[in-house]
Amino acid sequence: MVLVVPVEKKLMDVKIKDLPNWILTQGFTPKGTMRAFQRGYYQYDNKYVNINKGSTLGVSMVLAADVLFNYCVSYKELKREQLRKNH
Amino acid sequence: MNENLFAPFMIPVMLGIPITTLIIILPSMLFPAPNRLINNRTIAIQQWLTKLTSKQLMNVHSPKGQTWSLMLISLFLFIASTNLLGMLPHSFTPTTQLSMNVGMAIPLWAGTVTTGFRNKTKMSLAHLLPQGTPTFLIPMLVIIETISLFIQPVALAVRLTANITAGHLLMHLIGETTLALMNINLFSAFITFTILALLTILEFAVALIQAYVFTLLVSLYLHDNT
Repeated sequence: MVLVVPVEKKLMDVKIKDLPNWILTQGFTPKGTMRAFQRGYYQYDNKYVNINKGSTLGVSMVLAADVLFNYCVSYKELKREQLRKNH
Repeated sequence: MNENLFAPFMIPVMLGIPITTLIIILPSMLFPAPNRLINNRTIAIQQWLTKLTSKQLMNVHSPKGQTWSLMLISLFLFIASTNLLGMLPHSFTPTTQLSMNVGMAIPLWAGTVTTGFRNKTKMSLAHLLPQGTPTFLIPMLVIIETISLFIQPVALAVRLTANITAGHLLMHLIGETTLALMNINLFSAFITFTILALLTILEFAVALIQAYVFTLLVSLYLHDNT
């Protein structure tokens, strides 16, 4: 019988239906969360911002994501101003 | 209509938790720290701008006042980046909240006054009386100058709040007018849209200028007291 040892998977390798289980396997200490955010920050930074012939693309993507995020947060108040008759 | 007008200034809440802290932290993530001698373009531009601003702001001070340069430059960067980020559609500007601006103004002003009182008591007390006043006016003028001293932090905070809030409100109202006029008369809608475009340019300038004014006044109070 083969013993299956669970290997630590990165976020991009996890299938969507396994996502809640994967989140539970990550440690939830404050230090671990900080380190995860730091890793994410530097991964984005080195891929899009810290490049040789950089442009405004790296920062613009963050700003666009920020606009989308704020739209989602304020969607409930904006819903009232829609022009459709039935919401 | 009344509730919709001030809805952008309410604290954003996601799943019942106010996310103001995340929004305040966001501008700091847009300024990467310089790692090497020669950095990428983003960091190089930011370094150049910071050097320009810091020279402009801190040139007038004595070496003792220049120990405040880190504080003042980071204050300027924070207010400028927060105001500029608030120009994005749907975003929340923390500097529209009076609580935050008073929290920035009072400690900084108190710091400058305390520095002056501790190190140069005679000189900072002498600032309470302008030069060349007639003798019989002295008591009244001391009272007036004391009141104006205590109003400084309140003025700092309220100035920043009122400017940014008023600008955002105006843009909101004129934008709604444009939309409403589009069905009535297209030409007047076009004129209103031009006004909106000019106002947006003004708002970008105001965002930067307000940061500058805040920092400049704090540095002025510092100069008086060192």
